[in-house]
Amino acid sequence: MHYALGDYVLDIAQNAVEAGSAEVRVDLDETDEAFSVAIEDNGCGMGGEELSRALDPFYSDGKKHAARRVGLGLPFLKQATEQAKGSFSIVSEKGKGTRVAFSFPKDNVDTPPLENVPALFLSLLCLPGEHELVIRRTREGGGRLLRYELSRRALSEAAGGLERGDSLSLLRKYLVSQEEDD
Amino acid sequence: MAKMTLEQLKKLREEKRGDLVRRDVEGKQIQIIVGMGTCGIAAGAKQTFDEIVKALDEYGIGNDVLIRQTGCMGLCYVEPTVEVVMPGMPTVIYGKMTSDCAKELVRKHIVEKTLLNDHIFDRPAADIVNK
Repeated sequence: MHYALGDYVLDIAQNAVEAGSAEVRVDLDETDEAFSVAIEDNGCGMGGEELSRALDPFYSDGKKHAARRVGLGLPFLKQATEQAKGSFSIVSEKGKGTRVAFSFPKDNVDTPPLENVPALFLSLLCLPGEHELVIRRTREGGGRLLRYELSRRALSEAAGGLERGDSLSLLRKYLVSQEEDD
Repeated sequence: MAKMTLEQLKKLREEKRGDLVRRDVEGKQIQIIVGMGTCGIAAGAKQTFDEIVKALDEYGIGNDVLIRQTGCMGLCYVEPTVEVVMPGMPTVIYGKMTSDCAKELVRKHIVEKTLLNDHIFDRPAADIVNK
């Protein structure tokens, strides 16, 4: 079950990585009014029929996860945005990639909480694979602006890999520091 | 906390790597164990620990000696306490090892292989066990 907006982001980003993408981009924008997220990849993409099935919670092609009979990531997200009067869109082209964008208004009671952002980014960075992941984060409101960009490759190189416990602890420290206002 | 840059992250990683090498047991015959119970910390064991690390680096033996911390050694009246285990030397617990004695400890015991007689204290538990 999803409790926070970060859970949806992680779900969709995992889809992107598992689609064999060389590069995944995650944009997380926050204003006083809304959270907006866009996740874009250059993975295998989906055709028309496949795309409509991706939004069916009772369908899974069983290729990625052989034991699963359902695929709930996208349907849950779509349902949550409808419930909170947000927006949802998915554009995909076979062989080229997919872009999922969604937003949640902050003043709706059904909008999930954002989650701990450094923890979310750390989970995103640790999704296994050789792909590049670029995360862009913006938070604007109350006359203050926060903006930064993360690159999985650059961070992995600086922190000495993403598998070691000591590297992850350094990375966590780095990510927490990025949440400081400019 | 200010925003960390990638350069700072790299630097921090190098520092941490140095700490890990110091605490790595592999291939190290010499051990320095600093008592860091509440009594030790109150008496300045943290400063002693840091000074020992500094002295080891100064003598260029930082990677050959394992330095680690332990709890109270039962000698609270002479804190900070430091145990040194080294081949060819008796295992000794030194007491009253304040940070200003740290360099002397490294120089005499580790480098010159002589004991710091004024700081040697026995380990009561070991005495009882060895009866």
